[in-house]
Amino acid sequence: MRREGSAFQGLGTVFVKELSDNISSVRMLVLELLVVLTALAALYGAIDNLRQNTAEDPFLLLRLFTLARDPLPSFVAMLGFLVPLMAIGLGFDAINSEHNRRTLSRILAQPIYRDALLMGKFLAGLATLGVSLTALWLMVIGLGLIFLGVPPGGEEIARSLVFLVVAIFYAGVWLSLAMLLSIVFRSPATAALVALGIWLFLTVLWPMLAPAIAQVIAPPDPRYAALGLETPDTGLWAQFLLRISPNDLFAEAMQAILSPQTRTLGAVFLEQLRGAIMGAPLPFGESLMIAWPQTVSLIAGTIVLFVVGYVIFQRQEVRA
Amino acid sequence: MSEQHNDNPAPPPDAVITAQGLTKRYGKANAVDAVSFAIRKGEVFGLLGPNGAGKTTTILMMLGLTEISSGQVGVLGFNPARAPLQVKRRVGYLPDSVGFYDNLTAVENLAYTAKLMGLSLQERTERIADALRRVRLAEVAHQRVATYSRGMRQRLGLAEIIVKRAEIAILGEPTSGLDPQATIEFLELIAELKRGGTTVLLSSHLLDQVQRICDRVALFKAGRIEMMGSVAELAVQVLGAGFVVEVEAEGSGIARKLSTIPGVTKVETLSADRYRMTAERDVRPDAASAVVSVNGALKRLSVDEPSLEAIYARTFQAKREGVRHAA
Ligand SMILES: Nc1ncnc2c1ncn2[C@@H]1O[C@H](COP(=O)(O)OP(=O)(O)O)[C@@H](O)[C@H]1O
Ligand SMILES: [Mg+2]
Repeated sequence: MRREGSAFQGLGTVFVKELSDNISSVRMLVLELLVVLTALAALYGAIDNLRQNTAEDPFLLLRLFTLARDPLPSFVAMLGFLVPLMAIGLGFDAINSEHNRRTLSRILAQPIYRDALLMGKFLAGLATLGVSLTALWLMVIGLGLIFLGVPPGGEEIARSLVFLVVAIFYAGVWLSLAMLLSIVFRSPATAALVALGIWLFLTVLWPMLAPAIAQVIAPPDPRYAALGLETPDTGLWAQFLLRISPNDLFAEAMQAILSPQTRTLGAVFLEQLRGAIMGAPLPFGESLMIAWPQTVSLIAGTIVLFVVGYVIFQRQEVRA
Repeated sequence: MSEQHNDNPAPPPDAVITAQGLTKRYGKANAVDAVSFAIRKGEVFGLLGPNGAGKTTTILMMLGLTEISSGQVGVLGFNPARAPLQVKRRVGYLPDSVGFYDNLTAVENLAYTAKLMGLSLQERTERIADALRRVRLAEVAHQRVATYSRGMRQRLGLAEIIVKRAEIAILGEPTSGLDPQATIEFLELIAELKRGGTTVLLSSHLLDQVQRICDRVALFKAGRIEMMGSVAELAVQVLGAGFVVEVEAEGSGIARKLSTIPGVTKVETLSADRYRMTAERDVRPDAASAVVSVNGALKRLSVDEPSLEAIYARTFQAKREGVRHAA
């Protein structure tokens, strides 16, 4: 059935309002402060580390993203952990708060489709995350200039821009998950708890569970074990299971992009090593190809979660 | 007379909302059970009945806010399921206990919905200022809605409908939760809307509050419309008469003269000088001239208007007894 009028009528209006709500909200301020402080700590560790090891490095800037110094995680690892939190913070009450404030029926009695409301809120959330991540990106570049004193090369900028884009898609997965929960659960507290539960499960528990489950599905071969090697089947299963988690996809894509010498993600096979000099950086394009499946998976996850929420929202009765 | 017995009457030519066999099922229960009605242009129509009778659900189906299980509804000739934007461009809705964004001012709240209506900046500015003046919120227009009372929020909701220049205003329980003064003010605003040519559909469980402003009402009970018509029509049908006029006058032949007034169905003599007439309309002026015409001395004239509460109580009491007898 074709609907009359455009599904996007009112989209811009919703987007602008939601964006200004997001940017002026105390909640966002707190989350941003948390991220910036953690980022500064991670970067401080990396800079300190780099200064002590003054070896020649063509990708000094990228090291800022990936270098960790105990007990601090690297900048990228820190983002992998905190970006979901920001996205959840933006999305967990997107729709249910409109129900609870009893504004939803009044808004949907205006000549717009529900598509515009949902899409406008999603895009505003994504834009907010994009702005925050861009600010962080600028902060890294700026600190690199100040403390390392080396202007970044073109390829470094390009790679770090890819980092920015992938990080936004990664945030998108969590944003659409949080919004889906805000549609399903009428109580924002419930939606937030479920979202945080999923986040903790995927970041803390899943990396431990996935290999264990893999060993059940494909028991390790004693012949490999005798040689101190991982059974290939078990390793593949573990990798497959790990990749269900967006955190793993993000980490893998980042590894390919920000560590140019990365030739393969996950299990290393002999064929891939043959003829390759370990440690030699890959050209930008090849790194992109390696990160591509992970990036596409993140985008697909975002779309799937959004569509599920969309379908539920379209059929929902709006009494409030 | 009421239209309750016509199951499928052809809608009148000036109908702006028509429902035919409109039904909403939740699981096996019918929240709205095959209701049919036609609301005419320019009238104030009340969907009345106790909580849970199906009034809100009926309204939600008109606006496409919930799916229709069966039957049809047309709003200004449009099907709300197929052409929702056409309907929503022309219809204003004030939901039960309406909500606004508390962190925004009245003007900011209205500006947001006015943008969603597709109004230009200039139209928005003019219409919002005008609407806030009409609902007497101009002085607090730049205060955050968090500071507003329930009555002020209701009026702000009405301002939104005025900004839209809606042809039809749908108001859910507009007076519940308002104090008597706020209720009177709000009903006056509804009357103003009607004078401006807007058709008003309102739902309420507070029958006595809204009966005065409703041209016609539909009495809901458990998802069905039990009766429909003007309050006076329903009163005649259910109570035998709508208006009870008491006359106190000295003179002879008064009772006979009173019984000749058109619309009077019964005249009782209560005591030597007191008479009680039941009539289909307010016959006080005719009663006064009748007394004068037989050279009587009129001492007192009072009228009891028909009460929807009484009509409702009587109807459903009778229904219940009927059920008990049948059982
Ligand atoms: N989402 C729902 N699921 C099941 N039953 C519902 C739902 N919403 C309303 N009802 C039932 O439908 C009936 C009509 O409700 P409603 O239209 O809100 O009545 P009113 O507005 O007249 O008070 C009630 O019996 C109510 O319990
Ligand atoms: Mg109701």
